[in-house]
Amino acid sequence: MTPDAASGKLPARRVDRAGVVIAAALAVLAAVLVWDASQLPSTTMYGMGPEAMPIVIAIGLVILAVGNLIDALRGNLPPRESVDPKPVWLITAGLALLIGIIGFGGGFVLATSALFVTTSAAFGRRAVLADTVIALLITTLIYLAFDKLLTLSLPAGPLERLL
Amino acid sequence: MMDTFAALAHGMAVAMQPMNLLYALIGVFLGTAVGVLPGIGPALTVALLLPVTYKLDPGGSLIMFAGIYYGGMYGGSTTAILINTPGESASMATALEGNKMAKAGRGGPALATSAIGSFVAGTIATIGLAFLAPWLVDFAVRFGPEDYFALMCVAFVTVSATFGDSPVRGLTSLFIGLTLGLVGIDKLTGQARLAIGIPELLDGVEVTTLAVGLFAVGEALFVASRRHHAEEKLEPVRGSLWMTREDWRRSWKPWLRGTLFGFPIGALPAGGAEIPTFLSYSTERRLTKHPEEFGKGAIEGVAGPEAANNASAAGTLVPLLTLGLPTSATAAMMLAGFQQYGLNPGPLLFAERPDLVWGLIASLFIANGMLLVLNLPLVGLWVRLLAIPQPWLYAGILVFATMGTIAAKPSVVELSMLAAFGVMGFLMRRFDFPIAPVVIGLILGPIAESQLRRALAISLGDPMVLLQSPMSATLLGIALIALAAPFVLRGLGRFKANED
Repeated sequence: MTPDAASGKLPARRVDRAGVVIAAALAVLAAVLVWDASQLPSTTMYGMGPEAMPIVIAIGLVILAVGNLIDALRGNLPPRESVDPKPVWLITAGLALLIGIIGFGGGFVLATSALFVTTSAAFGRRAVLADTVIALLITTLIYLAFDKLLTLSLPAGPLERLL
Repeated sequence: MMDTFAALAHGMAVAMQPMNLLYALIGVFLGTAVGVLPGIGPALTVALLLPVTYKLDPGGSLIMFAGIYYGGMYGGSTTAILINTPGESASMATALEGNKMAKAGRGGPALATSAIGSFVAGTIATIGLAFLAPWLVDFAVRFGPEDYFALMCVAFVTVSATFGDSPVRGLTSLFIGLTLGLVGIDKLTGQARLAIGIPELLDGVEVTTLAVGLFAVGEALFVASRRHHAEEKLEPVRGSLWMTREDWRRSWKPWLRGTLFGFPIGALPAGGAEIPTFLSYSTERRLTKHPEEFGKGAIEGVAGPEAANNASAAGTLVPLLTLGLPTSATAAMMLAGFQQYGLNPGPLLFAERPDLVWGLIASLFIANGMLLVLNLPLVGLWVRLLAIPQPWLYAGILVFATMGTIAAKPSVVELSMLAAFGVMGFLMRRFDFPIAPVVIGLILGPIAESQLRRALAISLGDPMVLLQSPMSATLLGIALIALAAPFVLRGLGRFKANED
């Protein structure tokens, strides 16, 4: 999270540190574009090669980084409400679990159930066991509906092979 | 003129086939069901339902899309009226008056005027689309690559800079989208750009992955992070669903005026339904005989903006179908739907696949009619969907959102990209960067680049080709003015403030 995430509304006309970070990130992105374009051999005889557009976009990004920096230094960014970082981390962890389970062949039902339970907990539910049962039921139904009826191929794991 | 009637009749014949009618019905139903969920606007509705259509033939899938598009719009206004959370800024005016009506126990008439108004506006605007499109196509066939490039510059600027709160933040979003558009194999030379050694990235960034990540995952993270602020409240629909004679009398003129605002503005390559809805709202406020009701639930304030919103949605299909130019996030998702079959909307598609294009236009009429017949009686069902507890609702949304990606490309890289775009969407919401320009940049960036390179290849590298075509020179001039206008106007505003 940003350093000032918890402090709530910022007083106007103060350097906005998050804004400075955004400006820096844009500048880094521009540098990556230029570096990547410099790796491309220029082969075109007429007109633009593949390296021209990245450079143009990089120039645009640098200008925008300066624009964002000015806004941040002047404290011109719109006011932000405070955020609660915990649910954000919970959902992100759920997504990481999902990716891991799919990556290791755990299948659609287990992966999406993990995401369901963590998201529901992030929104304040405390009944993890009940939610797990609901999640397994719903995702199995979705799997059956989409895999069997619409013939979309969803990844199968140990649970799906039982169906 | 007769050609249009013949083409439309042919399209109707395509759309009326029983299988296609069924697709339209499924589309309308799914579109409304997903669109009604709070926090899900029409663009996300289309993005989420895109994988459902993977296995259909292009004709059936586009017809289902037409239904999803209009259904999502309809569902969005139901949410705006009943829980005052406009899924998109175009529903803001509806939420303003409609939610007040619902609180006063007039939710039924508010829903009815918005449904009938959407039907009237959608039908008139679709007729407008049918007659304007062939004319624009005749015009667009003569476009050279430099003209297309210039047209896209106009779209870039108007979508990101002109209408947002801050042109700097809008353009930043656009350039992030343009950067993402560079990823992958360059179509003209076969060289890999920005793939950083990951083979999956050679295919480029998938539009649906970006849209679902930014809109669905980003929204879920954002709502979860500020759950400790105000809870939203669902207004029950009390009293009669039907409009009284008085309601009808007060609604029909705003419907027509809203249509007149919505369709032309939507059809311009400027995009956005926000301007026409707010124009309609302020006009109704000025013209009404009941000024005391505005701000407390005036039916004109629902009827006009809803009509304007729907008419502009049909209007954005004009540049999309005739020029291949999406001017809203929803239109961008529709374009992604075309692209999944390798179809590129534009003058060529009208010539090569008239059955597809006119079938789509015809099914817009059918979808509109179905919505009117289906949705008023089914409003109780939609209200029950709104009452799903928030934890399950968002958990379900995320399961469905990831399912789309898992079905399309079940790879760790693709899912990681989805998660990364989700975090990006969260940060963009938090720091008030608009989302739509990212999606537009990703889709239009590569097209603009290839048109520019084609133009320069034809002119043997002479950049003056951009100014020698009168069309392209004019369009670039418009883009430049639109780019400078917000900065100049802001300067003027500051000047005025200093004088006071």
